[in-house]
Amino acid sequence: MALISVKNLSKIYETDGAETVGLKNVDLIINEGEFVAIVGPSGSGKSTLLQVLGCLDRPTSGEYMLDGKNLQDYNDKELAEVRNKKMGFVFQQFNLLPRQSVLENIKLPLIYAGINEPERTRVAQEMVDLVELQDRADFFTTKLSGGQKQRVAIARALANNPKIIFADEPTGSLDSKSGEIILNFLQALNDKGHTIVLVTHESYVADSAKRIIHIRDGNIEKDEPVINRRIISKEGFKR
Amino acid sequence: MQFKDTLKISVKGLSTHRGRSLLTILGIVIGITSITLVNAIGDSAKSMILSEVEGLGSNNVFILPGKQPTGPSDFGGSILNNSLTNRDLESLNKKSNVPDALDVAPIVFGPVVASRESEIYSTMVIGTSPEIFNIYGLGIDQGEMFTADDVTQASDNVVIGKKVADQLFGQSDVIGEKIKFKDNNFRVIGLLQEKGQSPFVNFDEVILAPYTTAQQHVLGFRYIQRIAITATSPEAIDGMIKDIEATLRDNHNITDPKDDDFYVTTMKDLANSVSTVTDILTILLGSVAGISLVVGGVGIMNIMLVSVTERTREIGLRKALGATNGDILKQFLTEAVILTVLGGITGIIFGVGLSYLATVAANRIWGLNFPFTIPISGIILGVTVSTAIGFIFGIYPARQASKRSPMDALRYE
Repeated sequence: MALISVKNLSKIYETDGAETVGLKNVDLIINEGEFVAIVGPSGSGKSTLLQVLGCLDRPTSGEYMLDGKNLQDYNDKELAEVRNKKMGFVFQQFNLLPRQSVLENIKLPLIYAGINEPERTRVAQEMVDLVELQDRADFFTTKLSGGQKQRVAIARALANNPKIIFADEPTGSLDSKSGEIILNFLQALNDKGHTIVLVTHESYVADSAKRIIHIRDGNIEKDEPVINRRIISKEGFKR
Repeated sequence: MQFKDTLKISVKGLSTHRGRSLLTILGIVIGITSITLVNAIGDSAKSMILSEVEGLGSNNVFILPGKQPTGPSDFGGSILNNSLTNRDLESLNKKSNVPDALDVAPIVFGPVVASRESEIYSTMVIGTSPEIFNIYGLGIDQGEMFTADDVTQASDNVVIGKKVADQLFGQSDVIGEKIKFKDNNFRVIGLLQEKGQSPFVNFDEVILAPYTTAQQHVLGFRYIQRIAITATSPEAIDGMIKDIEATLRDNHNITDPKDDDFYVTTMKDLANSVSTVTDILTILLGSVAGISLVVGGVGIMNIMLVSVTERTREIGLRKALGATNGDILKQFLTEAVILTVLGGITGIIFGVGLSYLATVAANRIWGLNFPFTIPISGIILGVTVSTAIGFIFGIYPARQASKRSPMDALRYE
């Protein structure tokens, strides 16, 4: 079933009267349970595509259906709710709040979802367990290593049990070992049914997905399944 | 999203930048401190003056020459007016004219330099009649008061205040001694009991003389500057004023009250005008302090705008995670209001503390009976104003914050 369906999607940036094309007439369908890697050189429009798909930015034109709903008519508040309930985000720079504990960071989407204590703590604790950071739950995020930070980010992205997880270069700031752990988590989440959309410019990261979309100059250049998929660990989650 | 959560997030946001938050509220602290201080001292001054006015007795009325002043510029005129005469005094003293008058005392006054041997003292002579003792509640410490005969004869007998005695005689006995002013010798027949400050006059620092003596030998004029009258009871005051007005109009051949060349003022009038003056002063000084609050508010707006720019990524992230524009607006507005309210509370504490010190200092240095009052109105004003400033100057930065795009979370520094 099509979770994401975009038709004729364009995004044009205008700065000081000069137009820059971000996306040009993109058609794309992503089904539930897919693990899609979007790759392309820098400036190709892959990040723009992720932003539009993640409802962080509105397209200039075109149609975007998410989970059977046409998002064009949604106002800012409704889009915020879509991001909150249906999407999870993992960023290259982790984007955790400093001077707040791991648990508090994971609670953020729950707060905006209107979930109250003690349910909030219960869910956050569950997420901490999932990414195996039990012994760091009360640490300030500034005290964590890069890999641990990204695991907190994944836990945060999962807090509201979203259908899709958008990951923007999730391994870009990590050493290869930590990166593998993160990719392992993403594969395990995908195995559990979450749809994953990942932006990367590294082919070994893209090879851990099931499908690769090549973007160039705002267009989909190539859309192909991964033939020899790299499975990081057959075990998935340890628990 | 619940307000409790907004509050928690805002407090977290502020405590992350503790040093900056402290600096930000400094302007508000100073503004609220000065407003509280001005209010507290205004309240204290008012209650001090009012208690003194009331101490004079609510049965007293004063007749002054000239037209009833309607503005500050009229006051000077009334002092120079010479419409009240000794004849008026005689008429008012007649029971048939003003039956409710218990005591009637004329008052003439002027500055003199009194001397005794080599000692000199700049003071004031008050020419009056013995009834002044009842009206002002004065007492004799040594000797005696001059009598009605002294008034009739314009004798050179005077009664002096405690401070005058101290300055001119030191420790030695004063009764029967001579003092000199305006080239005339006067005999001290009495020493007043120490009384401290009364409204508009400190009897410890004056020389009391028969008003006839004062008119003829000291001041050199024949009119009367004030007439003080005590009514038999507070209820009799209104009727007595009518009698006084009728008597004086008759004396002055006035038919239309508009042409009155005198006016009667009661202690209540006096208390009211004192209140008005201190209120005006409080408002005036308070508005000056208010300007510093506006400056403080602009400071908060400035810092909040910087903060919004600096925290672009945080705002973007919160939006990516599902915060609505309203959530972000509330967060930053709450931060601003918390800052100003904290500044307000700190300012109130400083203001009350400083006004306490000020009353202690005033009492120690000038020997005033300056009461310390907790300025309730100042506190309420301070809290209200600081909250309002938080909203007024916080709304713009908060709106700027709420307009940030969630995409900002993805931008790399």
